[in-house]
Amino acid sequence: MNTKENTSMNNSNFKESFFKVFRQYGGIVIGLIALFILFSFMNSNFLTSTNIMNIVLQVSIIAITAFGMTYVLLLGDIDLSVGSTIALTGTLAALALLWGLPFYLAISIALLLSIAVGFINGSLTALAGIPSFIVTVATMGIFRGIAYIITDGKPEMIMDDVFLELGNGDIFSIPNPIWVLLILLLVNHFILSKTTFGRKIYITGGNKEAAVYSGINVKKLKIQVFMITALMAGISGLLLASRLYSGQPSTAQGYELDAIASAVLGGTSLNGGHGTIIGTMIGALIIGVINNGMNLMNIPYFYQLVVKGLVILLAVYIDVRNKKNRV
Amino acid sequence: MNNIILSVDSIAKNFGPIQALKNVSLDIYQGRVHTLLGENGAGKSTLMKILAGIYPPSSGTITYQGNVITIKNPTESRKIGIAIVFQELSLSNNLTIAQNIYANNEPNKYGIISDNQMIKNCNALFAEYGIKLNPAQIVGTMSMAQRQLVEIAKALSYDAKVLIMDEPTSSLSDNEAELLFNIIEKLKQKGVAIIYISHRMDEIMRISDDISVMRDGEYIATHQKNETTIDELIAEMVGREVQNIYPPKLPHQIQDDPPLLEVRNLDHSREFKNISFKVHSGEVVGFFGLVGAGRSEVMKALFGVTKYQGEIFISGKKVHINSPTQAIEHGLAFVTENRKEEGLVLMHDVHSNINHIAFQYEPSFIINNRKELLNSTKYIKKMAIKTNNPFQVTGSLSGGNQQKIVIAKWLVKPPKILILDEPTRGIDIGAKLEIYKLIRELSSKGTAIIMISSELPEVMSISDRLFVMRNKKIVKEFNTEGLTQPEVMNIATGASA
Repeated sequence: MNTKENTSMNNSNFKESFFKVFRQYGGIVIGLIALFILFSFMNSNFLTSTNIMNIVLQVSIIAITAFGMTYVLLLGDIDLSVGSTIALTGTLAALALLWGLPFYLAISIALLLSIAVGFINGSLTALAGIPSFIVTVATMGIFRGIAYIITDGKPEMIMDDVFLELGNGDIFSIPNPIWVLLILLLVNHFILSKTTFGRKIYITGGNKEAAVYSGINVKKLKIQVFMITALMAGISGLLLASRLYSGQPSTAQGYELDAIASAVLGGTSLNGGHGTIIGTMIGALIIGVINNGMNLMNIPYFYQLVVKGLVILLAVYIDVRNKKNRV
Repeated sequence: MNNIILSVDSIAKNFGPIQALKNVSLDIYQGRVHTLLGENGAGKSTLMKILAGIYPPSSGTITYQGNVITIKNPTESRKIGIAIVFQELSLSNNLTIAQNIYANNEPNKYGIISDNQMIKNCNALFAEYGIKLNPAQIVGTMSMAQRQLVEIAKALSYDAKVLIMDEPTSSLSDNEAELLFNIIEKLKQKGVAIIYISHRMDEIMRISDDISVMRDGEYIATHQKNETTIDELIAEMVGREVQNIYPPKLPHQIQDDPPLLEVRNLDHSREFKNISFKVHSGEVVGFFGLVGAGRSEVMKALFGVTKYQGEIFISGKKVHINSPTQAIEHGLAFVTENRKEEGLVLMHDVHSNINHIAFQYEPSFIINNRKELLNSTKYIKKMAIKTNNPFQVTGSLSGGNQQKIVIAKWLVKPPKILILDEPTRGIDIGAKLEIYKLIRELSSKGTAIIMISSELPEVMSISDRLFVMRNKKIVKEFNTEGLTQPEVMNIATGASA
């Protein structure tokens, strides 16, 4: 009798969680599939394994940045400086290689720098109490400026073969950036959904006062979260520098907006408390598919910008409407 | 008898599969106070939101001044003369009293607001109803009670024919409640119909003319006040006879020395002065005082939310509590008076709210889903939380059920000292009884409990000892055995020293 009760409970829990997953991702997955069908009818080159691989490769840098963005958005904060962080870590890695540092040291220095950048953003937000929007608008300019200063405004070429493997090589004929993407997808999904650290982020984003009274050290948590966001941007910066064969201070402009769009398309709330890494991944894929499909159809870049903006508006509108119906 | 101004006929309301109202009919008369009585979740607030145009009814008709009407939105209900004073304050804290009262309704010429006219109108309104507030004061600087008065004044400014008040006294002090009752009397003389929702039986019996009881979304009965008794109303409300709602006190045997909690000379520059008290294991200690006496502030300091000077001892050992984290580690738990602000994440499910505290103290950094689900199902059952399943969104539950969740989340990791700040405010009798029972159960197991309450009969019946605070100080300690209400009120109000 007891076991029967247990299985029926497990069953209903399973059903419940299935509906939960469907409600959460159903709309956006259907949207992604619809886009696939649409583009594959319009262009015969779209639905080929090479092109699909190509889409994921193109998406990887934005998606990794968007994983980091998901963390700050979950807290109800925002980080607009990730594009500048990408440029800064890329140029620093290129410089370090130029100075003759070995590959692993150059990478470590660049990643440590990105963590420091996150610490600055987080401390200014959590300790000085400046809204994160303002903090990161300011540091967006500062970090980009530093990237220009240390390189004198010019791209730094990268000759190190191992470093170039990072963005351009492959393992089992799958490009390395996709491997990095998959690993970070799993790691970040695990952190947010399975660990106490992730749970604290959701509680704090859902109600900061309640989090304080529940004994969560909100300030510390905020700084940690900004550090993760910047670290993800740092990893993106390394991949991008490798793919460009150079550290360029002018790259990744506007990446922060693509990252935010990916997260929001994937169901992350700008007010905090709601959102998942898987959702963000799907959101980034949608943006990638639209970019790729329109490129294949030779739609001019200017029109692509308009279409992308409209798609984001539509997706978020549908999401907002669904949420209203639920309550 | 006066004329019927508003009647609702066979109103029903569904939220998805949940039926919040079933076939409710009521007649509201001019110049009379019609009280709606019912436990939380009985459907009173839903019915009021339908009258205010916030929800459309699923079926049924509303007749107003002889015509069948449909109310599409709050602006429309206000225009035809139905005004509502919300339970949740809906004021803009950055604006003045006058700006709030005339929000979206400002005296203007070609869209340019006349501030002088607005202040003048506001002063006239205040004079008419005896409200003593300065229209130019910023709402954010005022106490919750004063804000509630502004909320009421805002509804008065519409010249409503039907005025709905949803628990208007829940944050008012006695004097302010008295002022509200005078206002209601004046409105009755002007022929305004008042629909009143409250859980306080004494004030209901005092101001009502008609009393209707609702239970589980259904209409039960309507009585004229003179023809009913509190016992009858409570029995209808809970669906059973209730003898004495307070469980008996426990014989108090545990005399731990040193006491589980001792506070010596706790000071804060503004909020409280020279607070000293002891709480023993298994004891319930009450704190009573008028609004603003400083009770909650003391507890916040004890819990590490605000800073303090002075000494705190737990089981005889001096401790420093600088954050809620430290307080929890010392075995304290704090159910605050504002469950929505400080207690719950309303957008998340019941399951995750119940596990808010416990998960932080698990040895592993990976969440143990199985254990958490056991916790949440256990407490949903133990505390009779009415939810379809553990994964229902907390914000969709009634106030009483939300309150049970806040308490549950502090029990999953059993505390040594439990602080309850107004644990029964705005919740129904059924939920109150369960909370009283729980307090007894916890103290029989040795938990020390501090209970703040503004309901004197409650705090006297539940606690073993009672501290009365006035003007930021503890003015008296009572043993509650044989204590009478006037004795306490005299001290709390400063009528006698």
